Amino acid sequence: MFRNQYDNDVTVWSPQGRIHQLEYAMEAVKQGSACVGLKSKTHAILIALKRAPSELSAHQKKILPIDDHVAVSIAGLTADARLLCNFMRNECLNSRWAYNKPLPISRLVSMVGSKSQIPTQRYGRRPFGVGLLVAGYDALGPHIYQTCPSANYYDCKAMAIGARSQSARTYLEKHLDVFLDCSLEELAKHGLRALRDTLPSEVDLTSKNCSIGIACKDKKFAILDDEDVSPYLALIEGEERSSRPQAEEAGQAMEADDAGTAGSSTDPVPADPQVVDEGMDQ
Amino acid sequence: MASSSMFGPNNPGAFWTGGPAPGQFYNFPGSQSTSAQNSSQRTLYPVVTGTSVLGVQFEGGVVMAADMLGSYGSLARFRDCPRLLKVNDTTVLGAAGDYADFQYLSNVIQQQVIDEECLNDGFGYTPKSLHCWLTRVLYNRRSQFNPLWNTYIVAGIDDEKPFLGYVDKIGMAYEAPSLACGFGAYLALPIIRDAMEKNPTMTQDEAVALIDRCMKLLFYRDARSLNKYQVAVITKAGVDIRGPIKSETNWEVAHMIKGYE
Repeated sequence: MFRNQYDNDVTVWSPQGRIHQLEYAMEAVKQGSACVGLKSKTHAILIALKRAPSELSAHQKKILPIDDHVAVSIAGLTADARLLCNFMRNECLNSRWAYNKPLPISRLVSMVGSKSQIPTQRYGRRPFGVGLLVAGYDALGPHIYQTCPSANYYDCKAMAIGARSQSARTYLEKHLDVFLDCSLEELAKHGLRALRDTLPSEVDLTSKNCSIGIACKDKKFAILDDEDVSPYLALIEGEERSSRPQAEEAGQAMEADDAGTAGSSTDPVPADPQVVDEGMDQ
Repeated sequence: MASSSMFGPNNPGAFWTGGPAPGQFYNFPGSQSTSAQNSSQRTLYPVVTGTSVLGVQFEGGVVMAADMLGSYGSLARFRDCPRLLKVNDTTVLGAAGDYADFQYLSNVIQQQVIDEECLNDGFGYTPKSLHCWLTRVLYNRRSQFNPLWNTYIVAGIDDEKPFLGYVDKIGMAYEAPSLACGFGAYLALPIIRDAMEKNPTMTQDEAVALIDRCMKLLFYRDARSLNKYQVAVITKAGVDIRGPIKSETNWEVAHMIKGYE
C-alpha cells in the first residue's frame, strides 16, 4: 500500500537526502502543457500551448499578464498559478506606488522564490504545484526566468517547461547561439518550432491552441491569442518538423493542465522513488 | 505589568500578584497606570532648522546648494550642518526644516541604499523613485498628524535626463527645472527663473555661478542663513559635492540702511 515511507510530508527527508513531496510537486509541472520562453537582445517572448480540458470547453489561458512590462506562462496547477500571479501583480503595483518604477524582473522572481520556499519547509503544508516562465523587460533589458515548486529559480537564455518539454529544450539548446541577434519574427519562429517539437506527430499548432507573449522596450507586454497568432504561425507553416526521438515523456501527460483532474485511469504519480525497501523501518 | 530597568534580564518580578516590582511604585487598583502610556507626542514646531535649498537644471545636469546653518529659533546655534545628502552616484537629497527629522530620514535612506547594494542586482534609487518614495512617506506621516517637518529637494540624473523634484511636509510634490524652498523661494527663485528665461541652455559653469550669486544674496537678506554653504553638481559623470564655500561679501553700504531698527 505504501510505496514509500518518506513521502508523507515535505518536512521529512529520505535517507538518500531527498524530499519526495518536493519531487512530486516538480512532477506536477511536467503534467501541464508545454511553454517555451526565449530572448534576444531586444525581446523576450513566451510561446505556450493551450489545452481544452473537454470538447465543450474553451482553451485555457496559459499566459497571464502581471504588469505592463512582465507576464508569466504557467505549467502545472492553474489554481496555484493564479495565487502566485495575484501576489506578483501586488508586488508590481507596490513598486509603482512607492517608487514610481516598474519592478525589476529579478526582484519579482526572487520574491516568488522566497514565497514558494515557505511551504517547502513547514509541516502540514504543500509546495506550489506550478512552474512559471517569467518574461519581462526592465532597465537591464529582456529577461526569461524559470521558477519551480522547489522554490528554485533560474535566469535563462531560453527555457521550456511542461509536458514533453524536453524536445523543446533540445531544439533550444541546438539553436541557442543565434537567439541573441534575432529579430522578433525570427525569435517567434524559433519559439514556435520548439513548441511544435513537443507535440505528437498527429497534432499541430493552430491559432486556437497556441498563444504568444512579447516583452520589449517601452511597450506594454503583448499577449496574442487566436487570429493574432496566425501571422506568426504562417511563418513556420509547411516547414519540415524536426525528427524527434519518440515518447521521451509519457503521452498521457498531454491530457489536461491540472494533474488532479486529468481523468486518466493511469496513476499520475510518476516513476516511483527508489526507496521502497529501505532498511530503516525494521 | 512587566517591570523593567534595574535588574535587567534577571528581573525578580512583582512582590505579589498585581503588586510592584522591587524599585518600582505601587499602582493603586482602579487608577490609571502611568500617564506616559495614554499620551503621545507630536512635532508641533520644528526645533533646530535649516533654511533655503536651491536647485537649478542645466544642460546635462543639476546643481543644488544649501548653507550649513542649524538655527535654534533665531539663534545661529550650529554652524556645521550639511544639508545635502549624497544618496548614490545619480541622486542627491537637500533638506530644509527640522534638522533632526532630516537626520532620521537620512538614516532610513542610507540603510535602504545599503540593503539595495547587498542585492547586487544593478538596481538602486533613482531621483525619480526617491522623490516618489518621499512623497509617500511624508504624506503618510502627515496623515498620522505627525509630520516630518521638512521640505525636500531631490536632484539627480534619471534616464540620462536631469531631474529636480520638490516635496514638502504634507507630501505635496512637483517637478520643475528650477526649485527653491525656505526663504529662497521668495528671494532667489525669481532671479533663477529670470536667468533661465534669458539663457535657456545654461552650461554647468553658468548654473554654478548663478547659484553662487543667489546664495550670497540669501546671506545678505535672510537672517537665518550663513556664509558657508555646499554645492552639489550632478552630471552623468557622477555627484560632486563642493564646499564648504564662503562668498565674498561687501557691507560698506550697510551703515546707510536706516529706519528698520
